Amino acid sequence: MTEIGIVGYGAYIPGHRIRTGEIARVWGANGEETERNLGIKSKSVPYLDEDTVTISVEAARYALRRCGVDPGRIGAIYTGSESHPYAVKPTSTIVAEAIGATPHLTAADYEFACKAGTAAIQTSMGLVGTGMIEYAIAIGADTSQGAPGDALEYSASAGGAAFVIGREKIIARIDKTYSFTTDTPDFWRREGQRYPSHGGRFTGKPAYFRHILTCAKNLMEIMDTSAKDYQHVVLHQPNGKFPIRAAKQLGFTKEQYETGLLTPTIGNTYSGAVMLGLSAILDVFGPGNRILAVAYGSGAGCDGFDITVTDEMKNYKLDAAPTTASQIQGRKFIDYATYARFRSKIERGGE
Amino acid sequence: MEVPRFWRETRARYNLEGVRCGNCEKVFFPPREVCPDCHRASIGRMEKFKLSGKGEVYSFSTIHSAPDYFKDEVPYIVALIKTDEGPMVTGQIVDWEDGEVQIGTRVESVFRKISEQGKHGIIQYGFKFKAVRRALK
Repeated sequence: MTEIGIVGYGAYIPGHRIRTGEIARVWGANGEETERNLGIKSKSVPYLDEDTVTISVEAARYALRRCGVDPGRIGAIYTGSESHPYAVKPTSTIVAEAIGATPHLTAADYEFACKAGTAAIQTSMGLVGTGMIEYAIAIGADTSQGAPGDALEYSASAGGAAFVIGREKIIARIDKTYSFTTDTPDFWRREGQRYPSHGGRFTGKPAYFRHILTCAKNLMEIMDTSAKDYQHVVLHQPNGKFPIRAAKQLGFTKEQYETGLLTPTIGNTYSGAVMLGLSAILDVFGPGNRILAVAYGSGAGCDGFDITVTDEMKNYKLDAAPTTASQIQGRKFIDYATYARFRSKIERGGE
Repeated sequence: MEVPRFWRETRARYNLEGVRCGNCEKVFFPPREVCPDCHRASIGRMEKFKLSGKGEVYSFSTIHSAPDYFKDEVPYIVALIKTDEGPMVTGQIVDWEDGEVQIGTRVESVFRKISEQGKHGIIQYGFKFKAVRRALK
């Protein structure tokens, strides 16, 4: 069978941060308690001129800068997000134009809550694996919003990662992908609504945990592996608590999950979450490292990946773009009023 | 800006795509049909040429009184960037701290939202710049 894998990747996280305690202060909540309950100290905030398109373009440019693939050889671009700037008009066509990949390619946008980016990876694997195209770019990016005062406001953040999928010069081979999907209404946003709604505690056991645990277990059963066969695990991270609890239930240790766990510092980047976690692992760990990655999207479903870093990683030009770690800490902390302005929660003239 | 005009300029705005004169090899941005030095000798010889996005601040101004769309971004910096390939390019500088941007500061281009035509119109994207040290590891 043809080997398919990651040929290049790039990550982009906006530079502004807001602390959990600052959001709690505005809504009369206990900052320390909220921080402890969610496992989130701060989250990334996009500036007024940053959105899913700009994050996707920067991540894709970083990926191409590192792997050197000619943009003209990219046959498909899929961008997964729940915050595409247009309801109708693809993010992916703008990305394609901005990286010089137009016009001989196919492009489309995906939406599946927080796992739209990994769905894009799977589609890319299919097209590349069958030889229909040479390379594809799969992107997961979001500038997610939580309604003012809602629990989601502490976590919904911004960021994204782009993965170039191909058959040659693979730096991380995708050994297997497996998905688990059901109709579970734990989190949703109706057409035309500005903020999402969710089922509160229903988002936990029957939604996140059932899908993540089942997907991971089934994938490991297919691969005849257990937690000890992987050096790293990255699970979807809506907060800083769920992924740790799930990882432990699957038999993983702190050493295995800590590198890919970014939510405590940058918040939940939705479609970017697992892909950014994966990029943080690939930034640091070389050939031979095996990674279990499981993305979760509300609605609900999981995409699991068994990935092995190859010797080709030694030739990868990581330094050609900013690393994930270099972007995690952020550049500037802002207060809630500034955050509200950046996220258009307050508008000039009261519109 | 009208949609067709923006669309015509997309490659320049997204990718800093200019032209190079096939006769004297001088680079121009935004692209032009004829080289102002070589005149008819350049006709049909103006080749597409993508700027690297790297350059330095030639001059800049901090804007405090802005057009409507940019009011929420004040104060912001608009600079003349002397690109490494030669052309002088006007652009906004993002992610800056007080005193960080000076004449001679090295910059590189980034992809950002420039403006949008109200709530219903198209969103215009394009290049802006940021200080190079912000882009390093």
